[in-house]
Amino acid sequence: MTMSEALPIPGPSPVQPALPLPAMQAAGLCKAYGPITVLTDIALDIRAGEVHAIIGENGAGKSTLMKLLSGHVLPTAGHLAMAGQPVEFADAVAAEAAGVVLVHQEILLAGDLTVAENLFLGRELTRGPMVDDRAMNRRAAEILASIGAHCHPRDPVSGLPLAQRQLVQIARALLEPRKVVIFDEPTAVLANDEVAALLAVVRGLRDRGAAVLYISHRLDEVEALADRITVLRDGRMIGTWPARGLTQRDMAELMVGRKLDMLYPPRRPAASGDPLLRVQDLSVDHGAVQGSFAVRPGEVLGIGGMIGSGRTEMFEGLMGLRPATGSAVLNGTPMVHRSVGAWQAAGLVYLTEDRKGKGLLLDEPLGPNLTLQALTEVHPRLTLDRKAEGAAVAKAVADYDIRVRSVHLDAGQLSGGNQQKLLLAKVMLTDPQVVIIDEPTRGIDIGNKNQIYDFIDALVRTGKACIVISSELPELVGLSDRVLVMRGGRIVAELTGDQITEQNVVYAATSGEGHGPQGAQP
Amino acid sequence: MTAAVASQSAGPRRIRWADMGPFIALAVVVLAGVMINSSFLSGTNIANVVTRSAFVAIIAVGATFVISSGGLDLSVGSMMAFVTGIMILAMNRLEPSMGGYAIVAGAGIGLVVGALCGLLNGLIVTVGKIEPFIATLGTMGIFRALITWMSDGGSIPIERSLREPYRPVYFGDVLGIPVPVILTLVVVLVGAFVLYRTKYGRRCMAAGSNADVARFSGVSVAKVRTTAFVIQGLCVAIAAICYIPRLGAATPTTGQLWELQVITAVVIGGTALRGGKARVWGTVAGALILEVIANLMVLSNMVSEYLVAAVQGVIIILAMLAHRFIK
Repeated sequence: MTMSEALPIPGPSPVQPALPLPAMQAAGLCKAYGPITVLTDIALDIRAGEVHAIIGENGAGKSTLMKLLSGHVLPTAGHLAMAGQPVEFADAVAAEAAGVVLVHQEILLAGDLTVAENLFLGRELTRGPMVDDRAMNRRAAEILASIGAHCHPRDPVSGLPLAQRQLVQIARALLEPRKVVIFDEPTAVLANDEVAALLAVVRGLRDRGAAVLYISHRLDEVEALADRITVLRDGRMIGTWPARGLTQRDMAELMVGRKLDMLYPPRRPAASGDPLLRVQDLSVDHGAVQGSFAVRPGEVLGIGGMIGSGRTEMFEGLMGLRPATGSAVLNGTPMVHRSVGAWQAAGLVYLTEDRKGKGLLLDEPLGPNLTLQALTEVHPRLTLDRKAEGAAVAKAVADYDIRVRSVHLDAGQLSGGNQQKLLLAKVMLTDPQVVIIDEPTRGIDIGNKNQIYDFIDALVRTGKACIVISSELPELVGLSDRVLVMRGGRIVAELTGDQITEQNVVYAATSGEGHGPQGAQP
Repeated sequence: MTAAVASQSAGPRRIRWADMGPFIALAVVVLAGVMINSSFLSGTNIANVVTRSAFVAIIAVGATFVISSGGLDLSVGSMMAFVTGIMILAMNRLEPSMGGYAIVAGAGIGLVVGALCGLLNGLIVTVGKIEPFIATLGTMGIFRALITWMSDGGSIPIERSLREPYRPVYFGDVLGIPVPVILTLVVVLVGAFVLYRTKYGRRCMAAGSNADVARFSGVSVAKVRTTAFVIQGLCVAIAAICYIPRLGAATPTTGQLWELQVITAVVIGGTALRGGKARVWGTVAGALILEVIANLMVLSNMVSEYLVAAVQGVIIILAMLAHRFIK
């Protein structure tokens, strides 16, 4: 807050002293799809040996800008130059030939092929007419070692954890020397320790003289990594600043264009009363994940731990989406038969972390998506009740502030934040007592995050309970009344009150002995 | 803000040209028919074409369910032959005691057998967790072998005394509209109703569009897919009921390669082969397109009718290309 008065006025970047020619320069860059303008008049200079972060809310045009710079999309107007020489990329291949590469957000690897085969896919090394596996494996091992990846060139990609796959994807981009490396939200799916490793890779690239362009929603990463920061808002450039002068709050306010209210809701009074949900000796995937826990009315129970610690598996098991044993009591009623439908009827819902893969039908409009989980409630008769569905959609759009041009758009055409709000509206349609939200704000912008936090707060203040599984430590700490930390498929710590700090969560999740007995009870 | 959002969201649904494709294509082939041969539009020829397309259309309505729910059924042609054989055997056995009512009883048995065949396919796919392509490739062979065995490699003819009372089911008409056409219309209307107006239709789309999303939303994907296969079996049985009076016998070649025509009709009708989008009326247009083209080749003498299947093959590829470009 105090920094905000000292913020530079949004506008053209302050002129820097004469430097060697920037590795890449953009001037007056515009992109329009038909009548819709997504980017207007972007001017950037990207320098060798520097990490340049691009931040902005979803829909601000960050990804489009990256694609323009890397030849995946052609600009409507404007110029690019590399080392002072004008360039024009016909496509991504031309950009790569010129030394500019984009590391994609989604992991695009062939799972059945080995790491080395993936690295050299489409540009295999050959000896005569034969592919030269030995040379490729050797070269792959070098590249992997240089970025600190621990996988073997002959490992099949399908068996690798997500973080290693991400490194393979980066290795593929770095197979040849690059002048400009562009990262599009590389840490969106990584856990904290994996993020640290990735940041080290990025720093290594910078120190070896590459110009790095870095997009991320995680402002803590940007703060830790960036030398300069460019802010985009609504397809326009707000400005470029040296990173040193900006705090995370400054960045957030520049992105949103207004002062942020407190991001996290104020502390609630301690929850009391009998647990709404009590789970005893839950054992999922034949014992791989085990735990007992309970949540009280008016309480946000946070679940922390690294990705792979069994958090998602535990709750998918509870929902009957994985093989599981154990007992559960919801609102005094023992739940013997556990399925998504039975839980929902009893008043408990689970919102998946994978909104595109398991949450929404991307090719269907809002209505079918919204009511899929509550078909019998919305459509009590034999035939579908279009009017009731329309009313439910209108109510969801208003209540959850889902911003759409038309409700007939397919869910896949919504921004991440609006998709998440649609998914939230979908599971809330039957007015559940207990809501389990797995990664409530993954990959969505700060404005939408704020709304979702407020929603969770409002929910538990009405005497309901919410379980929040999150990899984002500030979120976990800021939202939760109590935190259970998981490691290796077990609950290893229970944190309450002042114990809930990022340090304690990380300590318990990685190495600590924990602050409570295993299977902590409230 | 509430009001602003609400008014902003009330846009009209846009007509998607891709959805109109099959009907435009049908109009084009009909137009071509008129130009090639003036007798194409004669009442008898049109009735003939539409009637002949009835079998494929009826079975293809069932296939629309299976495919849009994320399955595939290659066994429909063989199943058709098998059900036809069972029905004729049942009718012949019942004829001495029941007379003409043997037809009704036999038809009932046919529907039950068809549903059971579909159930078998469905359970192999969902409970056995075997790819639909492989599962129905297996049952396709089984049904085909069974009819060959039942007919001893020859044919299973229906009793002479049943032919006359059964005849109208294929050759009859109501107010000038052939019975098979009426039957097709009923099947299509019921199919469209179930797919577009009921909760089952929604679940079908969800299961085909993304099985994980369906599962996480509490939809039993196995139940939905099995039901789709049963519906397919019923449609095959309805087609068989209508088919028997046409030739009066079941043979080892009955319904041969119909599965390809059926899948072609569904796919050129705009239903996505990967599931999640069902176009029942498009399927009917697809079945008509196939039959009109075959009819034109017979009428025109420009291309040998031995090449009908080749032309239909070209059509499915063109339809897919056109679909991609319209998108």
